[in-house]
Amino acid sequence: MFFYHFGKYLLFLKNVFTKPENLKVYWKEIVREMNLIGVGSFGIIAVISIFLGAVTCIQTAYQLVSNLIPRDIIGVITRDSVIIEFSPTICLLVLAGRVGGSIASELGTMRVTEQIDALEIMGVNSTGYLVLPKIIASVITIPMLVVISMFLGIVSAYLIGPLTGVISGAEFISGVLRDWNPYIVIVALIKTYIFSFLLSSVSAYQGFYTKGGALDVGVSSTKAVVYSSVLILFADYLVAQVLL
Amino acid sequence: MIELKNVSKSFDSNQVLKNISAIFKPGITNMIIGGSGSGKTTLLKCMIGLHEIDAGEINYDGVDFSKLDFKEKIPTRKEIGMLFQSAALFDSMNVEDNILFPLNMFSDFTMEEKLDRANFCLKRVNLENVNQLKIADLSGGMKKRVGIARAIAMQPKYLFCDEPNSGLDPKTSIIIDNLIKEITLEYQITTVINSHDMNSVMEIGDHIIFLHQGQNWWEGSNTELIKSDNQEVNEFVFASKLMKSKYQ
Repeated sequence: MFFYHFGKYLLFLKNVFTKPENLKVYWKEIVREMNLIGVGSFGIIAVISIFLGAVTCIQTAYQLVSNLIPRDIIGVITRDSVIIEFSPTICLLVLAGRVGGSIASELGTMRVTEQIDALEIMGVNSTGYLVLPKIIASVITIPMLVVISMFLGIVSAYLIGPLTGVISGAEFISGVLRDWNPYIVIVALIKTYIFSFLLSSVSAYQGFYTKGGALDVGVSSTKAVVYSSVLILFADYLVAQVLL
Repeated sequence: MIELKNVSKSFDSNQVLKNISAIFKPGITNMIIGGSGSGKTTLLKCMIGLHEIDAGEINYDGVDFSKLDFKEKIPTRKEIGMLFQSAALFDSMNVEDNILFPLNMFSDFTMEEKLDRANFCLKRVNLENVNQLKIADLSGGMKKRVGIARAIAMQPKYLFCDEPNSGLDPKTSIIIDNLIKEITLEYQITTVINSHDMNSVMEIGDHIIFLHQGQNWWEGSNTELIKSDNQEVNEFVFASKLMKSKYQ
């Protein structure tokens, strides 16, 4: 069963990346999807990032009680945790629910209401027209969201530290700047690109091959969220193993 | 002209279509009728290439469509218009964009020419000033009419309609039937309608194929249909009291 779906997924991707019939129409769809996926997810990503940064700062401070450890370590740990793990992984897991579920349900509904059949009868490569703009939009906008998330996470930690008295603003800034290695941002972005591709393509695959009716659209959406979340976590481990 | 030669189709061990042969000529309304599970929808889906057939030929003006691969099918597909049972309009677009879609995708017209064509098609199906309406805001009959407008936007040679008046009130059904008939005559299109609505059959059916147990059980015109002595045909045609009182 796994190999059947894996093979079908690869064939699906082959069809997705064939030459578009009309670049202008595809471009319009990409812009529309960028708005839906990127702009539409900004709010939830901002809220999550603010709380993730704040909580990381407070919990790190709670665990580092020894006087032998300089307090600016809180800044170092918060920075690295937010950049390497929380922003790319937690945000993408949340997006797997929001964007992945939406992609699968949109395509699933189009399948059961014969809209995909209508495209195919017109001679349109339905996989390319419907899925390629979603993948491109995801791969462009989600990394942007993750970079914003990193910034908001660190800023919220910087604000919450002095506010709760766990660390001063100067100590936090000193920690954030200490031993700064831009490589962690590169690793985080590599992760984000891989996760964005997995999220959009796996969700599209689940939605595109929906069979049945409204109930099955729900099943496809659930599968899309579960499978893309598991794959994101698995890819997270692989990237960490290979790149760190 | 569309010619079917010994078309067969099975799903696993269930043979749905058995050696179906038929000819659908242009300029007349060809109808495929039959009870539920008789294979009407499967036959229509085979004809438009949504299902692969197991055996036989589906010839569009002499070209065996069933043997072509996806890319080779594209030129023929551009000549096909399809009206789905649910209209299958793209609900992320408004009415105008739905009709413009095939034109944007495949034509080299300027935007002005495309808009003219879209407005012409809408006018042809007796819809005006609905260009900016969302699909969700349309009634069932309007959706079907927009579906027809989209189907004829690329000036197709072949028009397929899957249960065009299902879910419509009798008055709207007649309007849709007559519209399909008029368009077929006007543009000399090869039209194939899949239906189990006997009012529709009697109203516009020029050439009728009756499917029973996946076979081409009976073939003829609508006047021949009501005079047929075939038992299965009679059971289907005169299933309603209205048909009995009117024609028997």
